[in-house]
This record gives sequence, structure tokens and C-alpha cells, in this order.
Amino acid sequence: MSSVAQKRSFGAAFWDWMTTVDHKKIGILYLIGGGFFFVLGGIEAMIIRLQLLKPNNDLVSAGLFNDLITMHGTTMIFLAAMPILFGFMNYIMPLQIGARDVAFPFINSLGFWMFFFGGLFLNISWLVGQVPDAGWTSYASLSLASTGHGIDFYAIGLQIAGGGTLMAGINFLVTIINMRAPGMTYMRMPLFTWTTFVASAMILFAFPPLTVGLFFLTFDRMFNGNFFDHTMGGNTIIWEHIFWIFGHPEVYILILPAFGIFSEIFTIFSRKRLFGYPAMVFATVLIGFLGFMVWAHHMFTVGLGPTANAIFAVATMAIAVPTGVKIFNWLLTIWGGSITVTTPMLYALGFIPSFVMGGVTGVMQGAAPLDYQLHDSYFIVAHFHYVIVGGVVLAILGGLHLYWPKMFGTMLNETLGKITFIFFFVGFHCTFLIQHWLGFWGMPRRVWTYMDGQGWNTANMISSIGALLMAIGVIVLVINIIMTVAKNQRVGNDPWHDGRTLEWAIPSPPPFYNFTTTPLVRGLDSVWIEKSEGNMTGLTPAEPVSDIHMPNGSIIPFLMTFGMFVAGFGAMYHQETSWGLPVLIFGLAWTFVAMSARSLQDDLGFHVTKEEIQRDIDNARKGGQF
Amino acid sequence: MAEVQMYKRTPVEQDLHIRRAKETMRGQVLMFSLMIFMTLASFTFVVAYQQGVEGFSQYLVIPVLFLFAAVQVGLQLYYFMHMKDKGHGVPQMFMFTGAVFGFLIPLTFVTIVWW
Ligand code: HEM
Ligand SMILES: [Cu+2]
Repeated sequence: MSSVAQKRSFGAAFWDWMTTVDHKKIGILYLIGGGFFFVLGGIEAMIIRLQLLKPNNDLVSAGLFNDLITMHGTTMIFLAAMPILFGFMNYIMPLQIGARDVAFPFINSLGFWMFFFGGLFLNISWLVGQVPDAGWTSYASLSLASTGHGIDFYAIGLQIAGGGTLMAGINFLVTIINMRAPGMTYMRMPLFTWTTFVASAMILFAFPPLTVGLFFLTFDRMFNGNFFDHTMGGNTIIWEHIFWIFGHPEVYILILPAFGIFSEIFTIFSRKRLFGYPAMVFATVLIGFLGFMVWAHHMFTVGLGPTANAIFAVATMAIAVPTGVKIFNWLLTIWGGSITVTTPMLYALGFIPSFVMGGVTGVMQGAAPLDYQLHDSYFIVAHFHYVIVGGVVLAILGGLHLYWPKMFGTMLNETLGKITFIFFFVGFHCTFLIQHWLGFWGMPRRVWTYMDGQGWNTANMISSIGALLMAIGVIVLVINIIMTVAKNQRVGNDPWHDGRTLEWAIPSPPPFYNFTTTPLVRGLDSVWIEKSEGNMTGLTPAEPVSDIHMPNGSIIPFLMTFGMFVAGFGAMYHQETSWGLPVLIFGLAWTFVAMSARSLQDDLGFHVTKEEIQRDIDNARKGGQF
Repeated sequence: MAEVQMYKRTPVEQDLHIRRAKETMRGQVLMFSLMIFMTLASFTFVVAYQQGVEGFSQYLVIPVLFLFAAVQVGLQLYYFMHMKDKGHGVPQMFMFTGAVFGFLIPLTFVTIVWW
């Protein structure tokens, strides 16, 4: 592809990315979009830590501090962690199951643009100067009392982004159910595909409650609803239930794909089959199911009563069991393997103790009486950063190093990668370990500043220094990426030499149709099996070379989403301005027209001919690039 | 380059095809009649209750109506929406999981959370 790609003008390339329905390009778009918001959320975090560096600090005002913590949490969860994971799922999962694309390429692109415009909408609040300030949980009494349009940005922005997430989830489900290559039974799927599957199923069940909750909030704030207003017969607690019925599954939606990435890393760099594969699959499914039964552990102190608290406490502790199963299986995978400590492996090794600590504090909080002490203190902040940074973010960084060569055909520098890891890992523990004690010593979470003489000064100072170390780690990573792109040293199909799953048997980056012929899968770790039986290509074709049917690109997803984006502003301003309502109607009509255009258009895609594919194959045999 | 391919069934295949189609049709009609019957029965029950016919108390009528409703939903899903046919295992699994959540979560609310 390279010679053609380089000759194209910038405009053509730009148009290509705007209209793409290729799962690999959409994956990269997710990574870029998520990466951008990750940096944004990171900057917000740095300002938070700077403000808390010393007592009685007034670097930012109390109001701005609330804006910062709210936007940090919301951005990191919805716009950074999840989209980046979607990026990996999009790029890698279809390759792992031997598919040529996801089941609904058009909807895939729609999902991306909804995430992008939702994130944009949310962050325009900074430009307007009215920013969400009720925390990422946006509890209703607080969020209804919040003046200005801040919370409106939250409700509508997340509504749009959330819709995109739901589409992505459904798309992944259908892809995995219907598009597996011949022989790829469920129990032969790589673990990253399995975790994508379960996480997507959780999205399917968890996001509709969020959608409903956000609509209620939107109605309450913008359309005179009273769902959460107790003076009008509403119920403010119901928001908390709805939010956490979504919210706890959400944390597992984040961690499961991370588990999947680590499972791939452990097997590749231990040169061993995943220990206890069926148990791993079962544990994943069980976590997915139990994740829906524990939401009220976020509400122990609300006053649900001893019966509810006891039942939810027990349910919460039950989840620790399948999680423990996974930890032991990973340890036994490494055990006796021939280990190479590459950058991805470093992240995976660092993940185990970090995540275990997060899990242990989770079980502590799950004990309802103890949670009365811990709730809303810095201990909680320590817990969820241990699981989210020590689990999800380490997986994202490890996964980036692991899959970078597959996605871009170049290898990130290993030395710089290890430097990044060390800064990030040390910085992470430095920032959050001490916060457990800050919690014990009584420091509440979400406070703007604190007074001198409470014994919190040094601990906060240490925590802020840790944040700086993490930032240095990320900067080294950025330098690494820039250097790697500039050097542009191409690598082959399997740059780690021990790839076990289908994606490592095709070129890096793969041609747009992925597989010249659909592969035949004969067991778990398909490529490894083929290679150990002497087939060094790692693939057995399931069919002769034949024409490939591919979908056409389309700008309609972008346009559709743009209409929702416009409608959002209309809804937000319709009460105080005369243009609000027309803009709302115009935006919705725009979307509707775009949808009709899609429905009426007869787009049957195109075919890549046998001859073209044969030419690519011959080319590759001669040592050329695809 | 979508080519249209013509394929002629052998007489045996054609025979089997027709027999299967007939069987399916018989099943559909049977279930349809059953559903109509249950609908009529439901209305009759209600009318009987309203007329104060002996034995048709609300403790009989309401559970029976629910039962009939459940059966009708099942028939609708399994016969007319083809869930009984092959290849519907995964959709069934998802629907049942959703039903379990949709049942358990409200149950939690009415039993332990609010009262
Ligand atoms: C696996 C990844 C996990 C993630 C991403 C995660 C994330 C979170 C987050 C974000 C919160 C903060 C909620 C708030 O704003 O107050 C939280 C709280 C909590 N987590 Fe986790 N958690 C994870 C695992 C666990 C585990 C394994 C347990 C227990 C077995 C657990 C138990 C709890 C409890 C009880 C709370 C409520 C604490 C409180 O607010 O008082 N978590 N978790
Ligand atoms: Cu939770």
C-alpha cells in the first residue's frame, strides 16, 4: 500500500480518514482520539496535584477545582480509557478471529464519531466557561443545584458519547458471534477476544441504564422534569442507583479488556500456552455476570439499611474469587516459562502486584462497616487509582508497545520503553500508595485545599511528586513515538518472534483486507500450532484465493453525528434564547436526513479481485511490502 | 461484481423442502389457533368475573391471565420469531440474561433496598 499512499495529496488522505469504515483505521482513530483526551485529563490531574501540593494553596479557586476533578474523572473514564481500549479491540479482535472487518463497518465509524463529538461537546464547556462541577458521578441533588450550563454539557456530551459506546459494543458482539474463521470455536478464541466479547456484552446491558439516567437528568435540567427533585415528588437517590447500576459494570468493562491484553502478553513472552484457559474464560464470564449484582457497594453510607448492605457486601466479596482465579492463572503461566522481559512484559509483571493491591482495598471497602470509615476519603481515591491506573492504564501502555509494530509496522524503542515504564510505575506507586494513609488520617476526597498542621503536608507533597514522575514517563513515551515514526524502520509479520495468535501471521500493518485467504483454525494459539508443526507461515488457508467483498467508505456517520452535536446546543440553550429550539429541531432533522440518505442509498461495496490478491501475494513472496 | 448463481434442486431435495415447509406451516397454524383460543378464553374469563359467575374470583382470573400472557409471549418468540429454530442459541442467551437482570434488579429494589 505504501507507494500509493505516499503519492496521495493531504486532502485525499484526510478525506480517506474521515470516511473510513476499515476497522484498522477506526482503531487508530480511537487511539488518537483517546490519546488526545488522555493527555487533556492528564493535564487536569497535574493541576489538581499542583493545587494540593501544599496546605492553604490557592493556585486555583475552589470552583475551578471542582471543574477540574469532574472533568478529569469524566474524561479519563469515558473519553480516554474506554476509547483507547476500543482502539485495541477494533484493530486486534477481528485479526484474532480471522475476520476481514467488523460485522457493521458503517456503525463502527458511527460509533467512533459519536465518541469524538460527545467528547468535543463535553470539553467545549471549558471554552464557554461553564464546566461540569458535580463530580464524575454527578449525584442528582448536587447536579440539579449547579448553576450555569456545566452539568448540561455533561448530560448531553455523555449521552452522545455513550450512544457511540453502545454501538461499538453491539458491533463487537455480532462480529465475534458471526465472523469467526472456520475452526475458530468459542473455546479456541484468544483471551483478548473473549474479554472483548464479555466487556461488549456488559456494555449492552450497562449502557442503557446510563442512557436513561442521563435523559432523566437532561429533562430535569433543561425541560422542567422532576425525576430527581424530591420537593416535586421525585427521588434524588434513584440517580445514584441508576448511575451505579451502570457504573460498577463500567469499571469491569474497563478492566476486562485490560485482563485480555495482559493474557496475550504473558503467553507471548513466557512462550507458553495460557495456564487454565477454560478457567480463565469462565472467570471472565462470571465477573461479567456478578458485576451487575454489586452496584450498591457504592452506596453503603446512603442508608439502605443493614439487610441491603449485608447482601451487597457479600456479593462484592464474591467477585474477588474469579479475579483471584485469574491472578493465579497468570502466575502459573509465567511459572516455568522461558521469559523475555520486554517492555510489554514489564508492564504485565508490574500489573500483578499493583492490581492485587487495588483488589484487596476493594474487598476492604466491600466490608460495609469498614466502608463507613473509608467512604469519601482519600482511601477510595487510592483504591480506584490502583485498579484503574495499576490495571487499565498499565494495560494500555503495555498493549501500545505490544501492538505498535502490528499497527504501524515499526518497533517502539525498547530502552525508551523501559525508561517510560520505570518512571510511570514508580510515579504511580509514589502518587497513590501514600493516599491510603491520607484516607486513614482523615483527608476527605474532592477537597479543594486543606489546612496546615493536620499531618497531611508531607504525604500530599510525596503524592504530587509521584504525579510529576508519571508525567515524565508519558513525555518519554511521546518522544519515543516521535523518534520511531521518524526513523521508520520496517518490521516483519511477527516482530516479537513468539506471536501465537492469527494477527502475528499477517504483515505489519496488514493489508486493508487483512487475510489474503480466510485462515483455518486448528486449535488455541493457532499460529503457534502451525509453526510448531513446521508451517512457518503460521496460516493454513481455509479456501482458495478468491474475490473479496469489501465495504465502501462513507461520510454519512460524520454528518449524522454532527446533527446530534448541533441539536445538543439547541437543547442546552432553548430555555433562555429564541434560537435554541430551532437549532434543536434543525440538528435532529439533519441527523434524520442523514439517516434517510443512508437507508435509501444502495451501496453494495466493492470487490477486490483474485488477480489483485495474487499480485499482492507474489509481491510479498519476493520480499516486498504489501 | 455480484454474480447471480442458479441452482437447481434435485427432486429429492425438492420433496424434502416441500415436506418441511408443510410441517412448519402446520405448526404455525396450530400455534396461531392456540393463541387465538387463549385470547378468547381470557376475554371470557374477564366477562365471567364481571358477571359474577360462581368460581371466577379475581384470585383465579388474574393469575390465569398472567399465565396465558406468559405462554403467548413464549409462543410468539419461539414459533413466530423462530427462536426454536437452529442458530438462535446466542440470542436466547442474551435475552435470558437481560430478563434475569431485568427481574433481579427491580426485585432487589422492592425487597431489600426500599422497604
Ligand atoms: C477491577 C477493577 C476495579 C475498578 C476499575 C474499580 C473502580 C472503582 C471506582 C472508580 C470506585 C470509586 C467510586 C466513587 O466515586 O466513589 C470504586 C469504589 C469501590 N470499589 Fe472498586 N474497582 C475495581 C475493583 C474492585 C474490586 C475487585 C472490589 C471489591 C471486591 C471493588 C470494590 C469497591 C467498593 C466497595 C467501592 C466503594 C467505595 C466507596 O465509595 O465507599 N472494586 N471502585
Ligand atoms: Cu463498584
